[in-house]
Amino acid sequence: MQTVQPRSLPLRLPRMRPGGVLPILAILAVLLVLVGIRQPDFLAPQSLMSFLGRSAPIILLAAGQYFVIVSGEFDLSVGSLVTAQVVVAARLIDSDPSRTWPVVLLLLAFGALVGLVNGLITTRLRVPSFITTLGMFLILVGAVYLWSDGAPKGGLSEEFRRFGRRAFEDVPLLGRVPYALLVLVVLAVAAVLLMRSDFGRTLVAVGDNPRTAELSGVRVWRTRTFAFILSGLAAAVAAILLGGYSGVSFQAGAGLEFGAITAVVLGGVALGGGRGAVVGAMLGALTLELLFALMNFYGVSGALRSTVQGGIILLAVAVSATRSSSR
Amino acid sequence: MAAIAAVTVLSLAACATDEPAAGPSGSASAATGSGTGDQSKFFVQADYDAELALLDAAPTGPADKPWEQVLNPTMVDTAKFKKAGPHKICFSNAALNNPWRQVGFKTMQAEVEAQKSRIKEFVHVDAEGKDQKQIADINDLLGKGCDALIVSPNTTATLTPAVEAACKAGLPVVVFDRGVDTKCPVTFINPIGGYGFGHVGAEFVSQKMKPGGKVLALRILPGVDVLETRWSAAKVAFDKAKVDVVGVEFTDGDPAKTKKIVDDYIQRYGTIDGVWMDAGAVAVAAVEAFQDAGKPVPPMNGEDQLDFLKIWKDKKLTAIAPTYPTYQWRTPIIAALRILDGQQVSNPWKLPQPTVTQDNLDQYLDAGMPPLHYAMCGCTDLPGYPQRWK
Repeated sequence: MQTVQPRSLPLRLPRMRPGGVLPILAILAVLLVLVGIRQPDFLAPQSLMSFLGRSAPIILLAAGQYFVIVSGEFDLSVGSLVTAQVVVAARLIDSDPSRTWPVVLLLLAFGALVGLVNGLITTRLRVPSFITTLGMFLILVGAVYLWSDGAPKGGLSEEFRRFGRRAFEDVPLLGRVPYALLVLVVLAVAAVLLMRSDFGRTLVAVGDNPRTAELSGVRVWRTRTFAFILSGLAAAVAAILLGGYSGVSFQAGAGLEFGAITAVVLGGVALGGGRGAVVGAMLGALTLELLFALMNFYGVSGALRSTVQGGIILLAVAVSATRSSSR
Repeated sequence: MAAIAAVTVLSLAACATDEPAAGPSGSASAATGSGTGDQSKFFVQADYDAELALLDAAPTGPADKPWEQVLNPTMVDTAKFKKAGPHKICFSNAALNNPWRQVGFKTMQAEVEAQKSRIKEFVHVDAEGKDQKQIADINDLLGKGCDALIVSPNTTATLTPAVEAACKAGLPVVVFDRGVDTKCPVTFINPIGGYGFGHVGAEFVSQKMKPGGKVLALRILPGVDVLETRWSAAKVAFDKAKVDVVGVEFTDGDPAKTKKIVDDYIQRYGTIDGVWMDAGAVAVAAVEAFQDAGKPVPPMNGEDQLDFLKIWKDKKLTAIAPTYPTYQWRTPIIAALRILDGQQVSNPWKLPQPTVTQDNLDQYLDAGMPPLHYAMCGCTDLPGYPQRWK
């Protein structure tokens, strides 16, 4: 996508200016002020904590999507993967608490497996990831429909649901800290550390210029496949949190792939790969959720959310395209 | 730059809202009375009056078998269909795509099994929610030597010609659940209907909530007659009670979306004093939204799905559950057999539509059944209970 730069990679990477997180922090700050004016109660620790807990799944999905996008690919299958996971979990657990942990492990394995398949088909069979993951999306939708006869069966145990629903009560200063928020913080730190490791640098290098990366000894297919696996794992965790939050639903993951891609783009990550920070992607998701909360406070119909998402994707990509061409 | 872009998108979105019902801080409610918006174009005053009258009508038939009862029967002669058994009964089903239809169909299969001495074959074709497939299905069934045809139409207008063609083929046709625009079937079986459902829930909520409180109405989707009638009856009740309906939202029947919507409203208004919904599938999600926000659960209606009945009892909610009983899936089999015997049946066959209230809650709450089971299945005396429904 980009021409080979004369600068050497290690020098350029630590200061990725166009993919920085400052713009998204600015947007976030503006939105926070707007929310504060309209609904000051929202900024109280209690409701802020619950907002962060509710936003944890989409933030995790954005992080997962970031790995794939920064390596130069797309993952459109995450939404249907979340739905599939929730429906499978309900059927397998069938309200029996003792099956909670085995099913959690199974979901993680299932997420990783779907990521692996996406990755291998994209890298080894050279199918564009857009098509691979769109195919996976349809396969999962169809398989879930077939397996469940079109209506979810069984139920999730309270033990399973607590990850997405319960919280540490009576924490000093903060009040109620949702488990989901804790999961998010741990995984966000892990994601940042991962991006600072050799793997992270390789991932960005692969997205920036796969040819150069290949020539400098990186096994591009392996790196990209791993990115898909990370996205699948993120979808699994998101499914556990979402299923916990709202219970069995046939639409649990509907539209999440676009939410995640919007968030990543909003966070300053370049479509096509090579630029952007995982923190930016996660802040992008948070900003998007805050924007929706703000729309809610102003009484804007929820039906407009997808329109707003579409507008953001187009604008953000257009903005980043103008910036990168003048770089 | 991107910040300006995002804010522009936001303000554009804000300008684009013209939904009177969703307006914030009561500005809309002042203009339209109680914020319920315009009446649905599906609303028919005469049907509404008739259904509300049926709510108080006394049914004829065995009291312990509501699926055999009829409200205001008008009997029709069926002697010309009399035929020696055992029979082959065919069923063209609109879909099996929700728990209500799943429970209903299992109940129907069990009824067939209970009558197996009289039914030699039961053919079921699932149209998977597609009109075109159901038209083809009905056409196919006409060539299969069925003694009677049962149809649960996917949509009213589109399936009417197919049902008319079946009538012309000479075999007795029984339609149930959703109707068709023709009088040719021998009988049309359904419970009182959507106006009754919507009215019972709305009246309860407006009576039990604090005066002048805020009601949130949750609907599955617009444009479906059985759901539009529920909402239009609720609208009439809310307008009459001068309740402040702060929002009418569509949930797509999705618990995740519902929970988010209810949570949004709690955040926006601080508290919501009553919740009405046109179907119970998302009732538990609505209850959880209040629980997780640390707010008391306001008076609300659900449906007879067991997850809701259970949370109602466990959390001592102020609730009511109008029903669209799944036992209506037994009636078409019974009707078909009576018609093939040449016995008179009522057309239309209006079934009673019981309501689960605080007083009879325990009677319907069976802890052993799965959460998505419908209590009003009338299936406890059928072969294979309870295993078949689990």
